[in-house]
Amino acid sequence: MSDSLYGPLHDVAEDAGYADPPARAGFFTDTSVCIGCKACEVACKEWNAIPDDGFALTGMSYDNTGQLGASTWRHVAFIEQSRPREVGDGDGGTRWLMASDVCKHCTHAACLDVCPTGALFRTEFATVVVQQDVCNGCAYCVSACPYGVIDRREGDGRAWKCTMCYDRIGDGMEPACAKACPTDSIQYGPLDELRERARARLDELHAEGVAEARLYGEDENDGVGGDGAFFLLLDEPETYGLPPDPVVTTRDLPAMWKWAGGAAAALAGCVAVSFLGRR
Amino acid sequence: MPKRGGERSMVPRAEFGSYYGRPVLKRPRWQAPHLPGYLYFGGLSGAAAAMAAMADATGRGRLSLTGRVTAATAAAAGSALLIAELGRPERFLNMLRVFKPTSPMSVGSWVLATHGGLTGLSAASGVTGIAPWLGRAAGAGAALTGPVLATYTGVLMADTAVPAWHEGYRHLPLLFAGSALASAGAVGMAAVPRGQAGPARRMALLGAGLELAAAGTLEKGAGMREQAELISEPYRTGRAGTLLRLGRGLTAAGAAGTLVAGRSRTAAVVSGLALTGGALCTRFGVFYAGLASAEDPKYTVVPQRARRATGA
Repeated sequence: MSDSLYGPLHDVAEDAGYADPPARAGFFTDTSVCIGCKACEVACKEWNAIPDDGFALTGMSYDNTGQLGASTWRHVAFIEQSRPREVGDGDGGTRWLMASDVCKHCTHAACLDVCPTGALFRTEFATVVVQQDVCNGCAYCVSACPYGVIDRREGDGRAWKCTMCYDRIGDGMEPACAKACPTDSIQYGPLDELRERARARLDELHAEGVAEARLYGEDENDGVGGDGAFFLLLDEPETYGLPPDPVVTTRDLPAMWKWAGGAAAALAGCVAVSFLGRR
Repeated sequence: MPKRGGERSMVPRAEFGSYYGRPVLKRPRWQAPHLPGYLYFGGLSGAAAAMAAMADATGRGRLSLTGRVTAATAAAAGSALLIAELGRPERFLNMLRVFKPTSPMSVGSWVLATHGGLTGLSAASGVTGIAPWLGRAAGAGAALTGPVLATYTGVLMADTAVPAWHEGYRHLPLLFAGSALASAGAVGMAAVPRGQAGPARRMALLGAGLELAAAGTLEKGAGMREQAELISEPYRTGRAGTLLRLGRGLTAAGAAGTLVAGRSRTAAVVSGLALTGGALCTRFGVFYAGLASAEDPKYTVVPQRARRATGA
Protein backbone atom coordinates (compact mmCIF):
# COMPACT_ATOMS: atom_id res chain seq x y z
CA MET A 1 0.00 0.00 0.00
CA SER A 2 1.20 3.44 -0.85
CA ASP A 3 2.31 5.78 1.90
CA SER A 4 1.78 8.94 -0.09
CA LEU A 5 -1.70 10.37 -0.50
CA TYR A 6 -0.95 13.37 -2.69
CA GLY A 7 1.57 15.01 -4.98
CA PRO A 8 3.81 13.85 -7.83
CA LEU A 9 4.91 10.24 -7.72
CA HIS A 10 7.37 8.85 -10.23
CA ASP A 11 7.43 5.17 -9.40
CA VAL A 12 3.75 4.46 -8.94
CA ALA A 13 3.97 0.66 -9.17
CA GLU A 14 7.10 0.53 -6.98
CA ASP A 15 5.30 2.70 -4.45
CA ALA A 16 2.53 0.09 -4.45
CA GLY A 17 5.02 -2.63 -3.62
CA TYR A 18 6.16 -4.06 -6.97
CA ALA A 19 9.84 -4.82 -7.39
CA ASP A 20 11.09 -3.93 -10.85
CA PRO A 21 7.70 -3.34 -12.54
CA PRO A 22 7.22 -2.65 -16.27
CA ALA A 23 6.90 0.96 -17.48
CA ARG A 24 3.72 2.74 -16.42
CA ALA A 25 1.04 2.11 -19.04
CA GLY A 26 -1.27 4.86 -20.19
CA PHE A 27 -3.78 6.20 -22.66
CA PHE A 28 -3.39 9.44 -24.57
CA THR A 29 -6.73 10.37 -26.09
CA ASP A 30 -6.24 13.07 -28.72
CA THR A 31 -9.76 14.39 -29.21
CA SER A 32 -8.70 16.63 -32.11
CA VAL A 33 -8.70 13.59 -34.39
CA CYS A 34 -11.71 11.77 -32.89
CA ILE A 35 -14.38 11.19 -35.52
CA GLY A 36 -17.06 9.93 -33.14
CA CYS A 37 -17.28 6.45 -34.65
CA LYS A 38 -17.68 4.79 -31.23
CA ALA A 39 -15.53 1.85 -32.31
CA CYS A 40 -13.83 2.18 -28.90
CA GLU A 41 -17.15 1.77 -27.08
CA VAL A 42 -18.01 -1.29 -29.14
CA ALA A 43 -14.57 -2.91 -28.93
CA CYS A 44 -14.55 -2.39 -25.15
CA LYS A 45 -17.97 -3.95 -24.75
CA GLU A 46 -17.06 -6.89 -26.95
CA TRP A 47 -13.66 -7.67 -25.49
CA ASN A 48 -14.71 -7.28 -21.88
CA ALA A 49 -18.12 -8.92 -22.37
CA ILE A 50 -19.92 -5.98 -20.74
CA PRO A 51 -23.72 -6.18 -20.65
CA ASP A 52 -25.85 -3.53 -22.32
CA ASP A 53 -26.94 -0.53 -20.29
CA GLY A 54 -30.17 0.38 -21.98
CA PHE A 55 -31.10 1.61 -25.43
CA ALA A 56 -32.43 5.08 -24.73
CA LEU A 57 -32.26 8.09 -27.02
CA THR A 58 -30.88 11.06 -25.14
CA GLY A 59 -31.25 13.95 -27.53
CA MET A 60 -27.63 14.84 -26.80
CA SER A 61 -26.31 15.06 -30.35
CA TYR A 62 -25.04 11.60 -31.39
CA ASP A 63 -24.39 10.55 -27.79
CA ASN A 64 -26.89 7.90 -26.78
CA THR A 65 -24.49 6.34 -24.32
CA GLY A 66 -24.71 9.17 -21.80
CA GLN A 67 -21.80 8.67 -19.43
CA LEU A 68 -19.19 6.28 -18.16
CA GLY A 69 -20.57 3.72 -15.74
CA ALA A 70 -20.47 0.16 -14.51
CA SER A 71 -21.26 -1.13 -18.00
CA THR A 72 -19.71 1.66 -20.08
CA TRP A 73 -15.94 1.93 -19.87
CA ARG A 74 -15.45 4.11 -22.95
CA HIS A 75 -17.89 6.92 -23.64
CA VAL A 76 -17.80 9.18 -26.67
CA ALA A 77 -19.07 12.68 -25.95
CA PHE A 78 -20.56 14.79 -28.76
CA ILE A 79 -20.77 18.55 -28.38
CA GLU A 80 -22.29 20.74 -31.09
CA GLN A 81 -21.17 24.35 -30.81
CA SER A 82 -22.21 27.27 -32.90
CA ARG A 83 -21.04 30.84 -32.82
CA PRO A 84 -22.40 33.92 -34.59
CA ARG A 85 -21.86 33.65 -38.33
CA GLU A 86 -19.17 35.90 -39.72
CA VAL A 87 -18.32 36.90 -43.27
CA GLY A 88 -15.98 34.33 -44.73
CA ASP A 89 -16.98 31.62 -42.27
CA GLY A 90 -16.46 28.64 -44.46
CA ASP A 91 -17.93 26.02 -42.20
CA GLY A 92 -21.01 27.94 -41.19
CA GLY A 93 -19.75 28.72 -37.71
CA THR A 94 -20.47 25.31 -36.31
CA ARG A 95 -18.03 22.95 -34.71
CA TRP A 96 -18.60 19.45 -33.52
CA LEU A 97 -16.43 18.22 -30.68
CA MET A 98 -16.05 14.51 -30.04
CA ALA A 99 -14.08 12.92 -27.25
CA SER A 100 -13.73 9.38 -25.97
CA ASP A 101 -13.69 9.41 -22.16
CA VAL A 102 -12.31 6.61 -20.01
CA CYS A 103 -11.15 5.86 -16.44
CA LYS A 104 -8.18 8.10 -15.66
CA HIS A 105 -6.16 5.49 -13.72
CA CYS A 106 -5.05 8.26 -11.34
CA THR A 107 -1.62 8.38 -9.73
CA HIS A 108 -3.48 8.89 -6.46
CA ALA A 109 -6.70 6.98 -7.00
CA ALA A 110 -9.41 7.82 -4.48
CA CYS A 111 -11.43 4.71 -5.42
CA LEU A 112 -8.47 2.52 -4.53
CA ASP A 113 -7.65 4.45 -1.35
CA VAL A 114 -11.15 4.15 0.11
CA CYS A 115 -11.89 0.55 -0.95
CA PRO A 116 -12.32 -1.33 2.37
CA THR A 117 -11.89 -4.87 1.04
CA GLY A 118 -8.77 -4.49 -1.08
CA ALA A 119 -10.83 -5.39 -4.16
CA LEU A 120 -9.43 -2.36 -5.99
CA PHE A 121 -5.71 -2.68 -6.47
CA ARG A 122 -2.76 -1.16 -8.30
CA THR A 123 -1.40 -3.39 -11.05
CA GLU A 124 2.24 -3.72 -12.03
CA PHE A 125 1.43 -1.37 -14.94
CA ALA A 126 0.33 1.22 -12.35
CA THR A 127 -3.26 0.94 -13.54
CA VAL A 128 -6.22 0.52 -11.16
CA VAL A 129 -8.35 -2.63 -11.40
CA VAL A 130 -11.29 -4.15 -9.45
CA GLN A 131 -11.00 -7.80 -8.38
CA GLN A 132 -14.54 -8.97 -9.02
CA ASP A 133 -14.20 -11.99 -6.74
CA VAL A 134 -13.45 -9.72 -3.79
CA CYS A 135 -15.71 -6.65 -4.28
CA ASN A 136 -18.68 -6.73 -1.93
CA GLY A 137 -20.46 -3.77 -3.47
CA CYS A 138 -20.05 -1.28 -0.63
CA ALA A 139 -20.05 1.53 -3.25
CA TYR A 140 -17.52 3.70 -1.41
CA CYS A 141 -15.47 3.99 -4.61
CA VAL A 142 -18.51 5.37 -6.43
CA SER A 143 -18.71 8.40 -4.14
CA ALA A 144 -14.95 8.83 -3.94
CA CYS A 145 -14.11 9.11 -7.66
CA PRO A 146 -13.67 12.80 -8.54
CA TYR A 147 -14.39 12.03 -12.22
CA GLY A 148 -17.62 10.07 -11.68
CA VAL A 149 -16.21 7.04 -13.49
CA ILE A 150 -16.70 3.89 -11.41
CA ASP A 151 -20.19 2.66 -10.59
CA ARG A 152 -22.01 -0.29 -9.11
CA ARG A 153 -23.83 -2.48 -11.62
CA GLU A 154 -27.52 -2.96 -10.95
CA GLY A 155 -28.50 -6.58 -10.53
CA ASP A 156 -24.87 -7.58 -10.10
CA GLY A 157 -24.06 -5.57 -7.00
CA ARG A 158 -20.37 -5.07 -7.67
CA ALA A 159 -18.36 -2.06 -8.79
CA TRP A 160 -16.98 -2.08 -12.34
CA LYS A 161 -14.78 0.13 -14.47
CA CYS A 162 -12.09 0.14 -17.16
CA THR A 163 -9.21 -2.26 -16.47
CA MET A 164 -7.10 -0.83 -19.32
CA CYS A 165 -7.59 -4.39 -20.64
CA TYR A 166 -5.37 -5.88 -17.94
CA ASP A 167 -5.61 -9.25 -19.66
CA ARG A 168 -4.46 -7.87 -23.02
CA ILE A 169 -1.65 -5.59 -21.86
CA GLY A 170 -0.27 -8.40 -19.71
CA ASP A 171 0.18 -10.31 -22.96
CA GLY A 172 1.85 -7.41 -24.73
CA MET A 173 -1.25 -6.36 -26.67
CA GLU A 174 -2.83 -2.93 -26.67
CA PRO A 175 -6.26 -2.42 -25.06
CA ALA A 176 -9.28 -3.14 -27.24
CA CYS A 177 -10.35 0.51 -27.58
CA ALA A 178 -6.92 1.67 -28.75
CA LYS A 179 -6.70 -1.28 -31.13
CA ALA A 180 -10.06 -0.45 -32.70
CA CYS A 181 -9.58 3.32 -32.97
CA PRO A 182 -9.28 4.10 -36.70
CA THR A 183 -7.68 7.54 -36.34
CA ASP A 184 -5.27 6.85 -33.46
CA SER A 185 -7.26 9.28 -31.35
CA ILE A 186 -6.75 6.69 -28.61
CA GLN A 187 -3.07 5.89 -28.18
CA TYR A 188 -1.76 3.31 -25.74
CA GLY A 189 1.82 2.99 -24.54
CA PRO A 190 4.35 3.83 -21.85
CA LEU A 191 3.05 6.96 -20.14
CA ASP A 192 6.32 8.90 -20.42
CA GLU A 193 6.37 8.40 -24.19
CA LEU A 194 2.72 9.38 -24.51
CA ARG A 195 3.34 12.59 -22.57
CA GLU A 196 6.16 13.54 -24.93
CA ARG A 197 4.02 12.73 -27.96
CA ALA A 198 1.14 14.75 -26.54
CA ARG A 199 3.31 17.81 -25.96
CA ALA A 200 4.60 17.61 -29.53
CA ARG A 201 1.04 17.33 -30.83
CA LEU A 202 -0.03 20.30 -28.71
CA ASP A 203 2.81 22.43 -30.10
CA GLU A 204 1.82 21.39 -33.61
CA LEU A 205 -1.79 22.40 -33.07
CA HIS A 206 -0.82 25.70 -31.49
CA ALA A 207 1.46 26.40 -34.45
CA GLU A 208 -1.49 25.71 -36.76
CA GLY A 209 -3.50 28.32 -34.88
CA VAL A 210 -5.66 26.03 -32.76
CA ALA A 211 -5.08 28.13 -29.67
CA GLU A 212 -7.82 26.43 -27.67
CA ALA A 213 -6.04 23.06 -27.68
CA ARG A 214 -4.88 22.02 -24.21
CA LEU A 215 -3.78 18.90 -22.38
CA TYR A 216 -5.90 17.55 -19.54
CA GLY A 217 -4.63 15.19 -16.84
CA GLU A 218 -1.00 15.07 -17.97
CA ASP A 219 0.33 17.31 -15.18
CA GLU A 220 1.79 15.33 -12.30
CA ASN A 221 1.36 18.39 -10.09
CA ASP A 222 -2.42 18.34 -10.40
CA GLY A 223 -4.80 17.24 -7.64
CA VAL A 224 -4.53 13.54 -8.40
CA GLY A 225 -0.79 13.42 -9.15
CA GLY A 226 -1.49 13.16 -12.87
CA ASP A 227 -3.67 10.72 -14.79
CA GLY A 228 -2.60 7.45 -16.36
CA ALA A 229 -5.16 8.24 -19.04
CA PHE A 230 -4.94 11.87 -20.20
CA PHE A 231 -6.44 13.91 -23.01
CA LEU A 232 -5.94 16.63 -25.57
CA LEU A 233 -9.08 18.77 -25.47
CA LEU A 234 -10.33 21.62 -27.66
CA ASP A 235 -12.43 23.34 -25.00
CA GLU A 236 -12.76 23.63 -21.24
CA PRO A 237 -12.84 20.26 -19.45
CA GLU A 238 -16.35 20.85 -18.08
CA THR A 239 -17.67 21.18 -21.64
CA TYR A 240 -16.86 17.49 -21.99
CA GLY A 241 -18.29 16.66 -18.54
CA LEU A 242 -14.83 16.52 -16.95
CA PRO A 243 -14.04 18.26 -13.64
CA PRO A 244 -11.79 21.33 -14.20
CA ASP A 245 -9.52 20.73 -11.19
CA PRO A 246 -10.16 17.39 -9.46
CA VAL A 247 -8.42 16.62 -6.17
CA VAL A 248 -8.09 13.17 -4.62
CA THR A 249 -10.30 13.25 -1.53
CA THR A 250 -7.75 11.39 0.60
CA ARG A 251 -5.41 14.38 0.38
CA ASP A 252 -7.34 15.72 3.38
CA LEU A 253 -7.65 12.39 5.20
CA PRO A 254 -5.08 13.15 7.93
CA ALA A 255 -6.89 16.42 8.70
CA MET A 256 -10.23 14.60 8.72
CA TRP A 257 -9.00 12.07 11.28
CA LYS A 258 -7.71 14.90 13.46
CA TRP A 259 -11.13 16.53 13.54
CA ALA A 260 -12.80 13.16 14.20
CA GLY A 261 -10.33 12.49 17.02
CA GLY A 262 -11.16 15.83 18.54
CA ALA A 263 -14.87 15.10 18.22
CA ALA A 264 -14.45 11.67 19.84
CA ALA A 265 -12.58 13.26 22.74
CA ALA A 266 -15.30 15.90 23.03
CA LEU A 267 -17.96 13.18 23.16
CA ALA A 268 -16.09 11.25 25.87
CA GLY A 269 -15.51 14.47 27.80
CA CYS A 270 -19.18 15.43 27.65
CA VAL A 271 -20.18 11.99 28.97
CA ALA A 272 -17.66 12.26 31.81
CA VAL A 273 -18.78 15.77 32.71
CA SER A 274 -22.40 14.62 32.76
CA PHE A 275 -21.58 12.19 35.55
CA LEU A 276 -20.03 14.81 37.80
CA GLY A 277 -22.04 15.60 40.92
CA ARG A 278 -24.46 13.61 43.04
CA ARG A 279 -27.16 12.56 40.66
CA MET B 1 -31.22 10.80 -20.51
CA PRO B 2 -34.29 9.28 -18.94
CA LYS B 3 -34.34 6.79 -16.09
CA ARG B 4 -30.72 5.84 -15.52
CA GLY B 5 -29.77 8.45 -12.93
CA GLY B 6 -33.14 9.12 -11.37
CA GLU B 7 -34.41 12.67 -11.50
CA ARG B 8 -32.52 15.12 -13.64
CA SER B 9 -31.71 18.51 -12.23
CA MET B 10 -32.16 21.51 -14.47
CA VAL B 11 -29.14 23.73 -14.25
CA PRO B 12 -29.19 27.43 -14.96
CA ARG B 13 -27.24 28.18 -18.11
CA ALA B 14 -24.35 30.50 -18.81
CA GLU B 15 -22.45 30.88 -15.52
CA PHE B 16 -20.53 27.65 -15.99
CA GLY B 17 -20.08 25.01 -18.63
CA SER B 18 -21.27 21.45 -18.39
CA TYR B 19 -22.02 18.48 -20.60
CA TYR B 20 -25.76 18.89 -21.24
CA GLY B 21 -26.24 19.83 -17.58
CA ARG B 22 -25.28 16.35 -16.47
CA PRO B 23 -23.54 15.72 -13.17
CA VAL B 24 -19.77 15.30 -13.19
CA LEU B 25 -19.90 12.95 -10.21
CA LYS B 26 -21.79 9.71 -9.85
CA ARG B 27 -24.79 9.83 -7.58
CA PRO B 28 -23.77 8.06 -4.36
CA ARG B 29 -25.14 4.53 -4.39
CA TRP B 30 -25.75 4.65 -0.65
CA GLN B 31 -29.43 4.75 0.09
CA ALA B 32 -31.96 5.79 2.69
CA PRO B 33 -32.89 4.61 5.23
CA HIS B 34 -29.81 2.35 5.38
CA LEU B 35 -26.97 4.84 5.50
CA PRO B 36 -28.57 7.61 7.61
CA GLY B 37 -30.08 4.89 9.80
CA TYR B 38 -26.63 3.45 10.36
CA LEU B 39 -25.27 6.90 11.20
CA TYR B 40 -27.95 7.23 13.88
CA PHE B 41 -27.55 3.74 15.36
CA GLY B 42 -23.75 3.89 15.32
CA GLY B 43 -23.85 7.19 17.17
CA LEU B 44 -26.46 5.94 19.63
CA SER B 45 -24.47 2.78 20.33
CA GLY B 46 -21.21 4.62 20.80
CA ALA B 47 -22.50 7.23 23.21
CA ALA B 48 -24.67 4.69 25.08
CA ALA B 49 -21.62 2.49 25.67
CA ALA B 50 -19.71 5.41 27.18
CA MET B 51 -22.75 6.27 29.30
CA ALA B 52 -23.05 2.67 30.54
CA ALA B 53 -19.39 2.50 31.53
CA MET B 54 -19.61 5.75 33.49
CA ALA B 55 -22.83 4.56 35.15
CA ASP B 56 -21.00 1.37 36.14
CA ALA B 57 -18.15 3.33 37.59
CA THR B 58 -20.48 5.55 39.62
CA GLY B 59 -22.81 2.79 40.81
CA ARG B 60 -25.92 3.61 38.78
CA GLY B 61 -27.22 0.10 38.05
CA ARG B 62 -30.35 0.92 36.07
CA LEU B 63 -28.64 3.49 33.87
CA SER B 64 -25.78 1.07 33.26
CA LEU B 65 -28.09 -1.76 32.18
CA THR B 66 -30.08 0.57 29.91
CA GLY B 67 -26.86 1.87 28.39
CA ARG B 68 -25.44 -1.61 27.82
CA VAL B 69 -28.59 -3.00 26.20
CA THR B 70 -29.03 0.14 24.07
CA ALA B 71 -25.41 0.02 22.92
CA ALA B 72 -25.59 -3.65 21.96
CA THR B 73 -28.97 -3.40 20.24
CA ALA B 74 -28.02 -0.27 18.30
CA ALA B 75 -24.69 -1.79 17.21
CA ALA B 76 -26.55 -4.85 15.93
CA ALA B 77 -29.17 -2.75 14.15
CA GLY B 78 -26.50 -0.54 12.58
CA SER B 79 -24.52 -3.56 11.39
CA ALA B 80 -27.64 -5.08 9.86
CA LEU B 81 -28.33 -1.86 7.94
CA LEU B 82 -24.75 -1.72 6.67
CA ILE B 83 -24.84 -5.30 5.47
CA ALA B 84 -28.22 -4.80 3.80
CA GLU B 85 -26.74 -1.86 1.91
CA LEU B 86 -23.98 -3.89 0.26
CA GLY B 87 -24.37 -4.91 -3.34
CA ARG B 88 -23.20 -8.37 -2.27
CA PRO B 89 -24.36 -8.75 1.35
CA GLU B 90 -23.11 -12.34 1.57
CA ARG B 91 -19.61 -10.96 1.19
CA PHE B 92 -19.79 -8.65 4.22
CA LEU B 93 -16.91 -10.50 5.91
CA ASN B 94 -14.62 -9.23 3.12
CA MET B 95 -14.68 -6.00 5.11
CA LEU B 96 -12.37 -7.74 7.59
CA ARG B 97 -10.11 -9.20 4.91
CA VAL B 98 -7.61 -6.35 5.24
CA PHE B 99 -7.02 -3.38 7.51
CA LYS B 100 -6.60 -0.25 5.40
CA PRO B 101 -5.89 3.03 7.18
CA THR B 102 -6.62 4.96 3.95
CA SER B 103 -10.19 3.64 3.94
CA PRO B 104 -12.45 5.07 6.65
CA MET B 105 -14.85 2.23 5.87
CA SER B 106 -12.16 -0.35 6.63
CA VAL B 107 -11.22 1.40 9.87
CA GLY B 108 -14.91 1.72 10.73
CA SER B 109 -15.61 -1.95 10.02
CA TRP B 110 -12.94 -3.00 12.50
CA VAL B 111 -14.17 -0.49 15.07
CA LEU B 112 -17.77 -1.62 14.58
CA ALA B 113 -16.83 -5.31 14.82
CA THR B 114 -14.85 -4.73 18.03
CA HIS B 115 -17.47 -2.44 19.50
CA GLY B 116 -20.29 -4.79 18.58
CA GLY B 117 -18.53 -7.71 20.28
CA LEU B 118 -17.75 -5.74 23.43
CA THR B 119 -21.22 -4.25 23.80
CA GLY B 120 -22.78 -7.66 23.13
CA LEU B 121 -20.72 -9.22 25.89
CA SER B 122 -21.41 -6.46 28.37
CA ALA B 123 -25.14 -6.46 27.62
CA ALA B 124 -25.37 -10.27 27.88
CA SER B 125 -23.58 -10.16 31.21
CA GLY B 126 -25.71 -7.29 32.46
CA VAL B 127 -28.98 -8.99 31.54
CA THR B 128 -28.10 -12.51 32.76
CA GLY B 129 -25.89 -11.57 35.70
CA ILE B 130 -23.26 -14.07 34.50
CA ALA B 131 -19.59 -13.05 34.84
CA PRO B 132 -20.20 -9.48 36.02
CA TRP B 133 -16.46 -8.71 35.99
CA LEU B 134 -16.30 -9.65 32.31
CA GLY B 135 -19.33 -7.49 31.58
CA ARG B 136 -17.72 -4.51 33.30
CA ALA B 137 -14.41 -5.05 31.50
CA ALA B 138 -16.11 -5.37 28.11
CA GLY B 139 -18.18 -2.29 28.92
CA ALA B 140 -15.06 -0.32 29.77
CA GLY B 141 -13.56 -1.37 26.44
CA ALA B 142 -16.71 -0.29 24.61
CA ALA B 143 -16.39 3.11 26.29
CA LEU B 144 -13.20 3.52 24.27
CA THR B 145 -14.52 2.21 20.92
CA GLY B 146 -17.84 4.04 21.35
CA PRO B 147 -16.70 7.63 20.85
CA VAL B 148 -14.69 6.50 17.80
CA LEU B 149 -17.68 4.70 16.32
CA ALA B 150 -19.89 7.74 16.85
CA THR B 151 -17.53 10.16 15.09
CA TYR B 152 -15.60 8.22 12.43
CA THR B 153 -18.74 8.38 10.29
CA GLY B 154 -17.95 12.06 9.77
CA VAL B 155 -14.74 10.97 8.07
CA LEU B 156 -16.62 8.25 6.18
CA MET B 157 -18.87 10.85 4.56
CA ALA B 158 -16.17 13.51 4.12
CA ASP B 159 -13.67 11.20 2.41
CA THR B 160 -15.61 11.36 -0.85
CA ALA B 161 -15.62 13.61 -3.90
CA VAL B 162 -19.07 14.94 -2.93
CA PRO B 163 -18.44 18.66 -2.30
CA ALA B 164 -20.98 19.16 0.52
CA TRP B 165 -19.66 16.16 2.43
CA HIS B 166 -15.98 16.65 1.68
CA GLU B 167 -15.89 20.33 2.60
CA GLY B 168 -17.83 19.52 5.78
CA TYR B 169 -15.00 17.42 7.15
CA ARG B 170 -14.49 19.75 10.11
CA HIS B 171 -18.18 19.94 10.95
CA LEU B 172 -19.48 16.42 10.43
CA PRO B 173 -17.59 14.60 13.25
CA LEU B 174 -18.64 17.26 15.78
CA LEU B 175 -22.19 17.25 14.47
CA PHE B 176 -22.36 13.47 14.80
CA ALA B 177 -20.77 13.57 18.27
CA GLY B 178 -23.42 16.01 19.47
CA SER B 179 -26.20 14.08 17.82
CA ALA B 180 -24.93 10.81 19.35
CA LEU B 181 -24.80 12.32 22.84
CA ALA B 182 -28.34 13.61 22.45
CA SER B 183 -29.56 10.23 21.13
CA ALA B 184 -28.09 8.21 24.00
CA GLY B 185 -29.12 10.76 26.59
CA ALA B 186 -32.64 10.64 25.17
CA VAL B 187 -32.88 6.87 25.57
CA GLY B 188 -31.34 7.03 29.03
CA MET B 189 -33.68 9.65 30.43
CA ALA B 190 -36.76 8.09 28.85
CA ALA B 191 -36.00 4.54 30.06
CA VAL B 192 -34.47 5.08 33.50
CA PRO B 193 -36.27 6.35 36.66
CA ARG B 194 -35.79 10.06 37.17
CA GLY B 195 -33.56 9.63 40.19
CA GLN B 196 -30.82 7.86 38.25
CA ALA B 197 -31.26 9.67 34.94
CA GLY B 198 -29.53 12.93 35.85
CA PRO B 199 -26.37 12.17 33.83
CA ALA B 200 -28.49 11.12 30.83
CA ARG B 201 -30.32 14.43 30.94
CA ARG B 202 -27.05 16.35 31.12
CA MET B 203 -25.69 14.31 28.19
CA ALA B 204 -28.83 15.12 26.21
CA LEU B 205 -28.46 18.83 26.92
CA LEU B 206 -24.76 18.97 26.08
CA GLY B 207 -25.35 16.88 22.97
CA ALA B 208 -28.25 19.00 21.78
CA GLY B 209 -26.16 22.13 22.22
CA LEU B 210 -23.26 20.68 20.25
CA GLU B 211 -25.58 19.34 17.56
CA LEU B 212 -27.31 22.71 17.11
CA ALA B 213 -24.01 24.60 17.04
CA ALA B 214 -22.35 22.22 14.56
CA ALA B 215 -25.42 22.09 12.31
CA GLY B 216 -25.60 25.87 12.34
CA THR B 217 -22.00 26.30 11.19
CA LEU B 218 -22.37 23.55 8.59
CA GLU B 219 -25.49 25.13 7.10
CA LYS B 220 -23.73 28.49 6.86
CA GLY B 221 -20.60 26.90 5.48
CA ALA B 222 -18.55 28.59 8.21
CA GLY B 223 -15.04 27.16 8.18
CA MET B 224 -15.23 25.75 4.66
CA ARG B 225 -12.13 26.55 2.66
CA GLU B 226 -13.55 27.75 -0.63
CA GLN B 227 -16.87 28.81 -2.11
CA ALA B 228 -18.46 28.21 1.29
CA GLU B 229 -21.72 29.89 0.33
CA LEU B 230 -22.18 27.66 -2.71
CA ILE B 231 -20.87 24.37 -1.33
CA SER B 232 -23.02 24.60 1.81
CA GLU B 233 -26.13 25.48 -0.22
CA PRO B 234 -27.49 21.90 -0.30
CA TYR B 235 -27.69 21.99 3.51
CA ARG B 236 -30.05 24.96 3.32
CA THR B 237 -32.24 24.02 0.38
CA GLY B 238 -34.45 21.24 -0.87
CA ARG B 239 -35.19 18.09 1.06
CA ALA B 240 -32.00 18.33 3.13
CA GLY B 241 -32.76 21.91 4.14
CA THR B 242 -36.26 20.96 5.25
CA LEU B 243 -34.99 18.01 7.26
CA LEU B 244 -32.25 20.01 8.94
CA ARG B 245 -34.66 22.80 9.87
CA LEU B 246 -37.12 20.26 11.25
CA GLY B 247 -34.29 18.55 13.10
CA ARG B 248 -33.19 21.82 14.64
CA GLY B 249 -36.73 22.49 15.87
CA LEU B 250 -37.09 19.01 17.36
CA THR B 251 -33.67 19.12 19.00
CA ALA B 252 -34.31 22.57 20.49
CA ALA B 253 -37.73 21.48 21.76
CA GLY B 254 -36.26 18.28 23.18
CA ALA B 255 -33.54 20.23 24.93
CA ALA B 256 -36.10 22.61 26.43
CA GLY B 257 -38.16 19.65 27.62
CA THR B 258 -35.06 18.03 29.12
CA LEU B 259 -34.79 20.98 31.51
CA VAL B 260 -38.04 19.89 33.19
CA ALA B 261 -37.59 16.14 32.61
CA GLY B 262 -36.15 15.73 36.11
CA ARG B 263 -39.58 16.48 37.53
CA SER B 264 -41.80 14.48 35.19
CA ARG B 265 -41.31 11.11 33.53
CA THR B 266 -43.77 12.11 30.81
CA ALA B 267 -41.67 15.15 30.01
CA ALA B 268 -38.61 12.86 29.91
CA VAL B 269 -40.23 10.49 27.41
CA VAL B 270 -41.57 13.29 25.20
CA SER B 271 -38.24 15.12 25.24
CA GLY B 272 -36.41 11.88 24.49
CA LEU B 273 -38.62 11.29 21.46
CA ALA B 274 -38.08 14.85 20.25
CA LEU B 275 -34.29 14.54 20.58
CA THR B 276 -34.36 11.20 18.78
CA GLY B 277 -36.42 12.70 16.00
CA GLY B 278 -33.98 15.60 15.80
CA ALA B 279 -30.99 13.26 15.57
CA LEU B 280 -32.66 11.24 12.81
CA CYS B 281 -33.53 14.39 10.86
CA THR B 282 -29.92 15.54 11.15
CA ARG B 283 -28.58 12.28 9.72
CA PHE B 284 -31.11 12.12 6.89
CA GLY B 285 -30.53 15.81 6.15
CA VAL B 286 -26.77 15.35 5.83
CA PHE B 287 -27.35 12.34 3.61
CA TYR B 288 -29.71 14.12 1.22
CA ALA B 289 -27.48 17.20 1.10
CA GLY B 290 -24.74 14.97 -0.29
CA LEU B 291 -27.02 13.57 -2.98
CA ALA B 292 -28.06 17.07 -4.06
CA SER B 293 -24.42 18.17 -4.04
CA ALA B 294 -23.36 15.31 -6.31
CA GLU B 295 -26.29 15.65 -8.70
CA ASP B 296 -25.79 19.27 -9.72
CA PRO B 297 -22.58 19.88 -11.69
CA LYS B 298 -22.38 23.48 -10.47
CA TYR B 299 -21.19 22.32 -7.04
CA THR B 300 -18.32 20.47 -8.70
CA VAL B 301 -17.44 22.82 -11.54
CA VAL B 302 -17.78 26.34 -10.08
CA PRO B 303 -15.48 25.89 -7.05
CA GLN B 304 -12.90 24.03 -9.15
CA ARG B 305 -12.90 26.73 -11.80
CA ALA B 306 -12.50 29.40 -9.15
CA ARG B 307 -9.61 27.44 -7.66
CA ARG B 308 -7.94 27.19 -11.04
CA ALA B 309 -8.47 30.87 -11.73
CA THR B 310 -6.76 31.87 -8.50
CA GLY B 311 -4.03 29.30 -9.03
CA ALA B 312 -4.48 28.01 -5.50
